Amino acid sequence: MEKNTEHTTHVHRDDEGDKLGMWLFIFTELLLFGMLFLIYAVYRFRNPVAFQLGGEELDVFIGTFNTVILLISSATVAMSITAIQRGNKKQALMLLGVTLFIAVVFLVNKYFEWGAKIEYGFYPGSEALMELGHGTILFFGLYYVMSGIHAIHILIGIGLFIYVVRQIQTEKIHSTDYIWLENTGLYWHLVDLIWIFLFPLFYLIH
Amino acid sequence: MSEEKHHISSYTSHFLVLGALLLLTAVSVAVTSLEMGKYDTLVAMLIAGTKAAIVLTWFMHLRFDNKIYAIFTVAVIVLFLLVLYITFFDYSYR
Amino acid sequence: MSASTATASEHVSFLEYKGKYKGILGWILSTDHKRVGLLYLYTMLVFFSLAATLGLLMKLQLIAPGYTIMGPQTYNAMFTVHGIIMIFVIVVPGLPAVFGNFFLPLMIGAKDVAFPKLNLASWWIYIIGILVVLSSQFVGGWPDTGWTFYAPYSFRTPANVLPALFGAFILGFSSILTGINFVVTIHRMRAPGMTWFKMPLFPWTLYATAWIQVLATPVIGITLLLTVMERVWGIGIFDPNLGGDPILYQHLFWIYSHPAVYIMILPGLGVISEIIPVFSRKRIYGYKAIVLSSLAIAFVGYFVWGHHMFTSGMSGRALFAFSFLTFLVAIPSAIKVFNWVATMYKGSLNLQTPFYWAVSFIFVFMVGGFSGLTLGSLAANVHIHDTHFVVAHFHFIVFGGTGFSFMAALHYWFSKMFGRMYDRGWANTGWVVFFAGFLTLYLPMFGLGMQGMPRRYYDYLPEFHAGNIISSLGAILMIAGAAIVIVNLVRSARHGEKTSEKNPWGGKTLEWETDTPPTFENWEDIPSVEERPYEYK
Repeated sequence: MEKNTEHTTHVHRDDEGDKLGMWLFIFTELLLFGMLFLIYAVYRFRNPVAFQLGGEELDVFIGTFNTVILLISSATVAMSITAIQRGNKKQALMLLGVTLFIAVVFLVNKYFEWGAKIEYGFYPGSEALMELGHGTILFFGLYYVMSGIHAIHILIGIGLFIYVVRQIQTEKIHSTDYIWLENTGLYWHLVDLIWIFLFPLFYLIH
Repeated sequence: MSEEKHHISSYTSHFLVLGALLLLTAVSVAVTSLEMGKYDTLVAMLIAGTKAAIVLTWFMHLRFDNKIYAIFTVAVIVLFLLVLYITFFDYSYR
Repeated sequence: MSASTATASEHVSFLEYKGKYKGILGWILSTDHKRVGLLYLYTMLVFFSLAATLGLLMKLQLIAPGYTIMGPQTYNAMFTVHGIIMIFVIVVPGLPAVFGNFFLPLMIGAKDVAFPKLNLASWWIYIIGILVVLSSQFVGGWPDTGWTFYAPYSFRTPANVLPALFGAFILGFSSILTGINFVVTIHRMRAPGMTWFKMPLFPWTLYATAWIQVLATPVIGITLLLTVMERVWGIGIFDPNLGGDPILYQHLFWIYSHPAVYIMILPGLGVISEIIPVFSRKRIYGYKAIVLSSLAIAFVGYFVWGHHMFTSGMSGRALFAFSFLTFLVAIPSAIKVFNWVATMYKGSLNLQTPFYWAVSFIFVFMVGGFSGLTLGSLAANVHIHDTHFVVAHFHFIVFGGTGFSFMAALHYWFSKMFGRMYDRGWANTGWVVFFAGFLTLYLPMFGLGMQGMPRRYYDYLPEFHAGNIISSLGAILMIAGAAIVIVNLVRSARHGEKTSEKNPWGGKTLEWETDTPPTFENWEDIPSVEERPYEYK
């Protein structure tokens, strides 16, 4: 926490409180995505065939690849916390570097995946899509919305990681004060958690 | 305020958890080619749920932290499932 | 804490405290929970006046059938803006943002909330949200959808809906951040000795409310966002032309907005539970029952959303389920009324302005609650759905409930907040006029609704004329009462009789042990708590 002359007496450090705050934020995110999953459930229930056909249009390889790297990045974040707790700044930075790299790769994959579909004429409101049945419109509408909002969370995660890396470099985060890293880690696991469900629901239905 | 020592997870345990997650991902992709009819989604969701539980328990540290986080998390998930269930009172019988 | 660290500056009240910034910056950049609370109060005062004026204009339009002072489109815009401001800017943040911010840390013996900077940020987000809603005026006119933004009208109407949708979305963030802040504050910052069941009831209701804010607000966030996308890109999720189901919009909207009703009312129930024992000089009857019923309301309140949609075409089974659950949620509310009345029984009543507001609250809350049961029963609902009966019902709860408890809180804690006392004569006069106006305004609406007068129409059939005249005159009376109350309070905050009396009402909760008005950090030494609250002997 930054030192502020006005509030020096005010500042109290409470890592446990900060963590509770982060968990509460995670709960709001769970419900936000939860509602998207609810919408998905309703429309898949009403259009089972169209959703199956839509799912077969998606590239299982790219989906699996993104799942695997995102899981690895979750592990590297968790390990970076171990490294910081052990006071190993260099290892922590390296592990966060890997995470950051994976986050970017995930988005690049997403870019190509979306790009190919948009080139093909498949995007919300496109003529090619509108000619297809209602279920297909809904499937791709949800696909873009849900993976899009997930991608925005990845972007925010990248921002957070850059901040945390700088804090570690300047010794603001160290072996006895690492709540920022811990909370950023929690956030990143949440992003992973969402993807764990998005992946089978979009890529693996057949 | 609890000033208890923080639990430090070892690299080995992280690798083990990651291994389990990757294995489950592989299983999830593999079973897609099996024809199980309406159980497809159920199996996929069970595997995803297991993966999520693993991430929550180890990566998100619920196992080692104050129990209150685990209780809250379960409560929130139950709340969501109840909302989902009640919504389907409408859609299943319309 | 050694007394030697205490400097002279610690005895300066928070109103006069000089920090890093001077003048107005010392307020709008202050992270002091008391100043943030007052910022919310002033903001709400401004926008309440605006939205109440719109309400009055609507009632003037309805004083006679046909065109009196505005046409249909203006009327549509007015009830939309009235609803959006009243709901998202006044009653949802209402009590938590003003009195929660100001008194939660005082009542649990903390120096501030858990995240003071976040607290200030949520006020700023709130202001930005309001500005985005109001920007409608300059970028294409007012929306005409009603505050509910029902699909598919909200993305088909030629009126300008986007700023209102975005603004409400932003206001949601403010609400979530306040909720997170309060849950953490209550978990982590209670004074030594204050166990959960020694915590006063207002913080308890804030706790239940904060959980709803955390767990329900994201639902409206994503719903409004999807509506924006639907309007801009046509993703099809709520558009029946593209396969979407508009009723799903209603489900999602009410999955938030019904719990939101409990965001509005629960802190009000907490305020009343504070005031009744203090002015009855008696221990609150059934402390634990009040606590548990607050949590029960928050929980069961999640599963009753469908009672807003009885005529939408839901399945029969869903109708029964929602009707049943709605009756269930009435039980914990009734428990509270029972507790308050039992507290007053054989108490030594101290008849003062806050107590008047509190008792009239119980009355309007009961009228609102019983009319809610009428609406919750399926057959009756089909008859009175979307009529003035509904308008009367939710004004009794939302305005009667939250508004009366807000006023009760303001008169109860006024001297603590401003270090001055209001004129009690004018305060009581204001209450009488307001209460009389309130009943004259809303009671006839029950009758109009049962006769079949629909809501949200600028015009009506001649047979509804009598009821509307009474109702519109009531509106004028009520606004006069509100003006008396507000002018009295604003005047008194600036020129009222100065007081530094710590505990004018003889309260037993911690906020009455601080200086009046409190110093910057509330306490020289954090108090420790041994007794339960409200121990009158």
